[in-house]
Amino acid sequence: MIQVPCPWCGPRNSMEFRAVGESKSRPDVATTTPEQWRQYLYTKSNLADWVTETWYHRAGCRRYFAVERHTVTNDIRESRLPAAQLRQKEGSGS
Amino acid sequence: MSSAAATGRRLDPQAGEVIDRGSPLSFRWDGKAHTGFEGDTIVSALMASGVDVFSRSFKYKRPRGVLSATFHDPGCTVQVGDEPNVRAAHRRLAAGMDVSPENVWPSLKFDVRAANQLVGRFLSAGFYYKTFMKPQRLWPAYQKILGRFAAGGVTAADAEHGYYDKRYIHVDVCVAGGGPAGMAAAVAAARSGASVLLVDEEYHLGGHLRYGGEAELAALAELRAEVAAQKSIEVMTNAAVTGRYDMNWIAVVQRQPGISVRGRSIHERLCKVRAGALVVAAGLIERPYVFEGNDLPGVMLSTAVRRLVNLHAARPGDKAVVFTANADGDACAQDLRRIGVGVTVVDARTGGNIVSAKGGKRLKSVDLADGRSVDCDLLVTAVGWTAATPLLNMAGDRPVYDPTPARFFPTDRLPATVVVAGALAGDGSTAELIAHGTAVGATAAARAGHGSEVPVPALARVAHPELYRSTTHGFVDYSEDVSSKDMFAAKKEGYDSIELVKRYTTVTMGPSQGKLESVNAVAIMAEAHGVTDLNEIGTTVWRPPYVPITLGALGGRGFENTRFSPMQSWHEQHNAKPLVAGDWIRPEHYGDAAAEVAKVRDKVGIIDVTPLGKLDLRGPDVPKLLNLLYVNKWSKLAIGAVRYGVMCAEDGVVMDDGVTGRLAEDRYIMTTTSSGAATVWEWAESWLQTEHPDWQVHVTPVTTGYASMNVAGPKSRELIGRVVEGVDLSNDAFPYMHVRTATVAGVADCFMWRIGFTGELSYEIHVPAAYGLHVWEALFDAGSDLGVGAFGVEAQRIMRLEKGHFIVGQDTDGLTLGFGADLGWCIKLDKDDFAGKPELVLQSQRENYQRLVGLQPVDPTIVPAEASQIVEGAKKIVGRVTSSRMSPTLRRSICLGFVEPHLATPGTVVTCQLPDGRRVQLKVIEGLAHFDPAGARMKV
Repeated sequence: MIQVPCPWCGPRNSMEFRAVGESKSRPDVATTTPEQWRQYLYTKSNLADWVTETWYHRAGCRRYFAVERHTVTNDIRESRLPAAQLRQKEGSGS
Repeated sequence: MSSAAATGRRLDPQAGEVIDRGSPLSFRWDGKAHTGFEGDTIVSALMASGVDVFSRSFKYKRPRGVLSATFHDPGCTVQVGDEPNVRAAHRRLAAGMDVSPENVWPSLKFDVRAANQLVGRFLSAGFYYKTFMKPQRLWPAYQKILGRFAAGGVTAADAEHGYYDKRYIHVDVCVAGGGPAGMAAAVAAARSGASVLLVDEEYHLGGHLRYGGEAELAALAELRAEVAAQKSIEVMTNAAVTGRYDMNWIAVVQRQPGISVRGRSIHERLCKVRAGALVVAAGLIERPYVFEGNDLPGVMLSTAVRRLVNLHAARPGDKAVVFTANADGDACAQDLRRIGVGVTVVDARTGGNIVSAKGGKRLKSVDLADGRSVDCDLLVTAVGWTAATPLLNMAGDRPVYDPTPARFFPTDRLPATVVVAGALAGDGSTAELIAHGTAVGATAAARAGHGSEVPVPALARVAHPELYRSTTHGFVDYSEDVSSKDMFAAKKEGYDSIELVKRYTTVTMGPSQGKLESVNAVAIMAEAHGVTDLNEIGTTVWRPPYVPITLGALGGRGFENTRFSPMQSWHEQHNAKPLVAGDWIRPEHYGDAAAEVAKVRDKVGIIDVTPLGKLDLRGPDVPKLLNLLYVNKWSKLAIGAVRYGVMCAEDGVVMDDGVTGRLAEDRYIMTTTSSGAATVWEWAESWLQTEHPDWQVHVTPVTTGYASMNVAGPKSRELIGRVVEGVDLSNDAFPYMHVRTATVAGVADCFMWRIGFTGELSYEIHVPAAYGLHVWEALFDAGSDLGVGAFGVEAQRIMRLEKGHFIVGQDTDGLTLGFGADLGWCIKLDKDDFAGKPELVLQSQRENYQRLVGLQPVDPTIVPAEASQIVEGAKKIVGRVTSSRMSPTLRRSICLGFVEPHLATPGTVVTCQLPDGRRVQLKVIEGLAHFDPAGARMKV
C-alpha cells in the first residue's frame, strides 16, 4: 500500500483516501458537445508517466487535493490544493 | 535401530541447548504417551524418544522424517488437537498436546497407498491432467479417490474459533532476520537513533550461531546483550516478514505472540508495518541433494542435525555418513563424533560423492560413488545454500546466479530503502558478518533519516562446489513428491520453461514454497537442457507470502461499525426483528408488518428513521449548491418550506433522493437515503472544494446527531399536538411539505417536517440524539388511547410501494437515468447547470430507454418475486419487476418495474416470467401510485 502525502495531514496510507482519478476540468455544460462530455466522463489518458490526480482524504481531514504521481514508480512529487482553490487564491491575492 | 528407540535418544546436556530439563512435558503422539522438555519442538521431543517417521508423503505416501528441522521441513506437518497443518519441527511442545499424523490410511506405520510407488508411472508429471480427465462422467468418482489422497489435516466443525488480531507498526528500520548480521544491523540502526523492529522466524535470535560451537555461542551472547541494551529495538521472534510492498509496507506474521484478549490467547497476529528502511538479513537456507532415496527417514541436512544435537540434545542416529562440501558439513561431522556417533565422511571437495540411499522406514545403507556401501542410519548432506531472496524479489530485484559460490546474489535494482545484510551479500567469519550488518544497519538508519551513511565493507564470495544432483534421480520437491525424473520427463514432453515446468509438475508449489526446492529445480532444468549457466534457465519469481498465513490472521479482527439508534433498547423490548441495513441494525417489523400498515392507514404509527442521512447546510450560497446537486430548482425555497429533490451523477444516473428544508435564512437540513449519506456528503464537498471554492457553504453531517422518527396516520396531528409546544399544527399554519423548529416532549431544538413517504398525514421529528428514546417513549405514552403502534422498515416499504415512491438502488440501478425513473416532472433542463445535465438533455431527446411504471398482476393473489423478468415472445427480455408486495390496504399484489417504452402506456398488459418458469400477466397502471394517487390523505 502506497503512502499519499495529504497537504493537511502529512503522509498517510492510501487506504485512508479515495482515489478520485485523473484531474480533469469539467466542460462548460452550456457549450459542451456529447463527445466532449463523454470524453470527460469516461476516457482517461492512462499514461505511464507523471499524472495529476485528485484524491480525497476520506478517513482524515475530508479535503480534496491534487497529487502528482508517477504511475510506474508510485513516486509522488507534489500534493497541493485543487486547481480551483489555487485559482481562487491567485484571484484574491492580486 | 529399535534399541535406540527403546533407550531413548536424549543426549547429555549440550552447551547451547534450549531445553529446560527441569520442566518435563507429557504429550501424546499417534495415540501413545511421550515426554519431552520445555523448549523442545514437537519433532525434537519425538526424535529424542526414538520416533523417526512423522508423515506420509503427498503422492506416494512414502514415510518421511526430519529433513531440515525448521518450520519449512516438508515431512514434519502434523495435526495438534483440532489444529491442522502444524509445523512440528518448529512448534514448541506444550503440556498435554495431542499430536497425530495427518491423513494416513489406515496408519502412519502402514499406509496402503504406499503401493502408489509401484505404479509411479501413472503418477508422474502431470498425472492429474493425464489420468483423471477421461471419461468425464467418472470425475465425481475420481474426486472421491483424490480426496482421500489430498494432503492436509482435519478441522473439527465444532472447534472454537481461534482469536486473531492485527497490529499497525510504524518504525524507522525493520530488520528481517535475527542472525548475526541482522542483530548487528538492528543495534547499529538503534545507535543511530532509529526505532527498530527486529523480526526472526525462530523462537530465539541468533540464526546459525545458536547451534554453533563455543566461539559462536560467545559471539551470540555478546550480540544478545547489545540488542537487549537498545531500548528502541523491538524484538519479535516466532514471526516472519512475509511480504514487502510499495514504500516498505511490510507484512509480518506473528505466531502465538503470547497475548490474551478477554481470556482468549491470540493464535496469530498480522502486523502491518510501515518502515523507513528494510534490512533484509534473511540468510541462507541449506539445500538438499538430489539422489535416489534422498527422502528416506534418516537422510538429513547438516543444519538439521546440528539443530537437533546442539539445541535440543536429541541424537539423530547412531551411525552416520556425512557428505560434505563445506565447513558447516565438517562442523556437523565433528558434532556427531562428539556425541559418540560413528561417522564416515565423504568429501565432495576431493571428489567424493554419494549415489543412493537404501532403506524402508529408516535409512539402512548408503552407496558411495567409489563403489563402497556403508551401513548407517543417518546420512547427512551439506551440499550448499539457497539464498533467501524472496523479500528482494518483492522489492523489485531479480537476483543473479554466481557459479563460484554456487548461489544467487542480489543486484543493484533494489530501492535505496531496501538494503541487504549478511550472508545474502556474501561469505564471512562471524566478525565479518557482524561488521557488515553494523554498516548496513547504520546505512538503513541514515536512509530512514537518522545519522549518516557509512561505507559497507564487501563480503567475499567463497568458492563452493556446484552440487545439485548425483548420478541417480531423487526428489526435488518433497512436499509435492516431484522427482528429477519427472522434471526430465516434463522437458521431454516440451515443457521447456521453468515457469511451465513448475505449473505442470507442481515443483516448488508445495507448502514450503520452493525454499528448499527452487534452486535444485532450476539446476535440474539446466541439466535437462544441457546448459551450465543457471541464469539461462532463470528462476520463478518469489511472491508473497514468504511463510503461510492462516486465513484467521488475514481476516483478523473486524473493525466495521455497527450502528444502532438511541431507541434500540425499546425495539429489543418490543421483539423487533433486526434488519441489517448497511452499518445499521433496524427493526424490520415487530411481528406483523401487514398489521403495522393497517395501524398507520387507520390510526397512527411511529417508525424509527434515525439512519436517514442528514446534512446541516449553512451559508448564503446554499441555494447555489442545492441547484447544482439536485435536478430540480431550489432558488426560491422559503424559510419553513421543504422540497423533495433527486440527485443525478454526472452521467445522468439517479444517485440519491430526499427532502431538504429551510429552517432559517442561512440554515438548511438535507436528508439523504440511509445508504447514501456518506456518498452525498463527499459529493457535496467535491463540488464545493474542487469546482466552487468561492461559495460560502458549510456542510456538516448530523445523521447520528439526531434521532429521527416518523409519526404517520390520520391521527398523527392529534398525537403530535399532545407533545409539541408552541407550534400551530393546523393545516393552514403548518401545511404539507413544511418544516418547523419545536420543543417536543420538553426537548428543545427539535425540528419536524410534514412529508409523505407513507402517503399519510405525517410528521417526521428530528430530536437531539441523546433525547431520542425519551421523545419516542413520550409519543407512545401520549398516544396510547389513539391506538398508536410502532412500525418497521417492511411496513414502510409496503406503504411507499402502495404510493409508488421508488427507492434508489432498489427500483433504480446504475443504468437508470433521470427520465427513466419517471422524474421528468422534476428535472429542470432550463437551469444553467446541475450535475448530470448534459446527459439528461441528451436523454430527453431520445425515446429508447426503459421506463419505471406501476404494475399490477392481473391475478391479484400472485406476488411476483422481485427481479422477475418481463418478457416478450419466447426469449426476449423487455423489463423487470423491481419491487413487489402484497398490499394489505388494497388486498392485492402491487409492483414497480421497468419496461421497454412501447409497453409503458397505461393499460398495457405485459408478461412476467416467474423464477419457477410460470408466466403471469401484469397490467401497467396510470402513474406509479397504486393508492391515493392524488395524495389527498397526506395533505389534510
